[in-house]
Amino acid sequence: MRRRPNHLAGFGSLVWLFVVGLPLYVMLVATFQTRADYAANGPLGLPENLTLDNYINDLNDGFAQYFLNTVVVTVAVVGLVLLLVPPLAYAIVRSDGKATGRVFRLFLLGLAIPSQAVIVPMFYLINEAGLYDNLIGVILPTAAFAMPVCVLILTGVMRDITPELYEAMTVDGASTWRIFRQLVLPLSKGGLSTVVVFSSLQAWNGFLFPLVLTQSSENKVITMGLYDFQTEHGVDIPGLLAAVVLSMLPVLLVYLFARRALVQGLMGVGGK
Amino acid sequence: MTTATAPAVDSEETTRNRRRPARPGTGAGRPGFAWAAPAAVFFGLFALVPLLLVVVLSFTRWNGLGSPEFAGLENWNKLLDDPVMVKSLWLSLVLTVLGVLVQTPLSILLGVWAAGHQRNRAVLSAIYFVPLLLSITAVSVLWRALLDPNFGIPSQATWLFGDGNLFGVQTSALGVLVLVSTWQFTPLHTLLYQGATRAIPQVLYQAAQIDGAGRVRQFFHITLPQLRNTVVTSTILMVVGGLTTFDTVLILTQGGPGTDTTNSAYYMYQKAFKSFDFGMASAIALLLVLVASLVSLVMVRLSGYDKMRSTMEGV
Repeated sequence: MRRRPNHLAGFGSLVWLFVVGLPLYVMLVATFQTRADYAANGPLGLPENLTLDNYINDLNDGFAQYFLNTVVVTVAVVGLVLLLVPPLAYAIVRSDGKATGRVFRLFLLGLAIPSQAVIVPMFYLINEAGLYDNLIGVILPTAAFAMPVCVLILTGVMRDITPELYEAMTVDGASTWRIFRQLVLPLSKGGLSTVVVFSSLQAWNGFLFPLVLTQSSENKVITMGLYDFQTEHGVDIPGLLAAVVLSMLPVLLVYLFARRALVQGLMGVGGK
Repeated sequence: MTTATAPAVDSEETTRNRRRPARPGTGAGRPGFAWAAPAAVFFGLFALVPLLLVVVLSFTRWNGLGSPEFAGLENWNKLLDDPVMVKSLWLSLVLTVLGVLVQTPLSILLGVWAAGHQRNRAVLSAIYFVPLLLSITAVSVLWRALLDPNFGIPSQATWLFGDGNLFGVQTSALGVLVLVSTWQFTPLHTLLYQGATRAIPQVLYQAAQIDGAGRVRQFFHITLPQLRNTVVTSTILMVVGGLTTFDTVLILTQGGPGTDTTNSAYYMYQKAFKSFDFGMASAIALLLVLVASLVSLVMVRLSGYDKMRSTMEGV
């Protein structure tokens, strides 16, 4: 089909590129300048002397520790989700009991609970459990709130496995465990990678639970580090923005090398 | 779907022979409830119990120390008499409506544009997507720095921004909140519209071209009507997200100037973790959940989305 080029749309797309790109450009340029230079040049000026000091200072001022804490939280959340959700999804898809159907409906209900709504009781529960200001106290609710979407993704993928395959393995006398390990898991790879990406993004970018459940700097995750940096030294804009860049770096790297999986993980849609 | 459909399907006959009625409970090789139990218990403990607790706590008095005391309807009465609470609900509504009005047309246009298969569109779409990857915290901190009254962009363009302090007046502070949410979340909705646009049958456009309909008419008479289900989905996401907006308010405006950008989610946080009135905060949280669910439900009903009216009618 021959079409005239759409000049209006082309112009609009460049305007939007400007809207998206300008803040990112200003941010990057600012992080390579000293505070004095940034104040003198202004956010839109061109830098003269480039420096890495902002990054080095941030890492020395605790961001190395916050980074590590965030990695711990992320790995633990992904681990918990991978341990709990695949067996559940398998049971939802293949079990003939009524109870699993009810469990599935509870998870669907869970999709509608915003985490903001539960911060007070979560604070109460985590306090009672003696986990306040402890990374475990952040990991548990973060994993729980990542689960409904993961359940939805995995049940969707597992439903696509044809019944004939299960029956063939059952005829061969395979146990439930063997079917799960040798049939269900290998055929759900696409869904599993989406689940990994989705839950790690939730953990990496999570802010609300760390905000109300942690306090000391040795238990700070990177989003909390950013927030505290801003409230304490908000005037050091190049240093602050360098911290923002550090917090985005892993996600941007994944985006460069595994864009498809990341987009699917973000949208929370199946491994299709 | 690539992975699951890979194995060849059995012949018609064997398939039919093997389709026996399932034997309840005894199904060999079928997972029992034990497979679902760990996840169910975990989720119940850390998501459903807190949801029930928020109901219970809304009827108690608790300052964060000691244990909550039963207080009857005290919190709810205070809530109804609290002018800041009423104002915060109004502000939540304003922020949500503005968010929908700004983001919907933008993301429809971008989504329809990105649905084209041209190479430059794919590259630009990949760049447009970046804000969505970042944490709300990072995005809010970034914009706070960009709009800083002393060192930010507004201070360089006083002819446009006056004294350069966008956070000092209610109108511009609300504008900043809408702008930042739009900047971050437009890619999500764009992606929804892109997918939906690609699913529109091409025959519709071919027929329209034969009838001599131009690009604009095709957009208004084919594309938009075909996207109506996506508009509902996307709007519900925006409404729920808009009503519970919290991180951006905390980082960008702290509810100020005064209480001029204190929306309900931020007010709840303040009541709990600044005034240590956890009972009142729970009541606000519960109110927010109820309002958000109610609005979603009404939207689903009004739009006829629950009847899943097919966009394929007449095709």
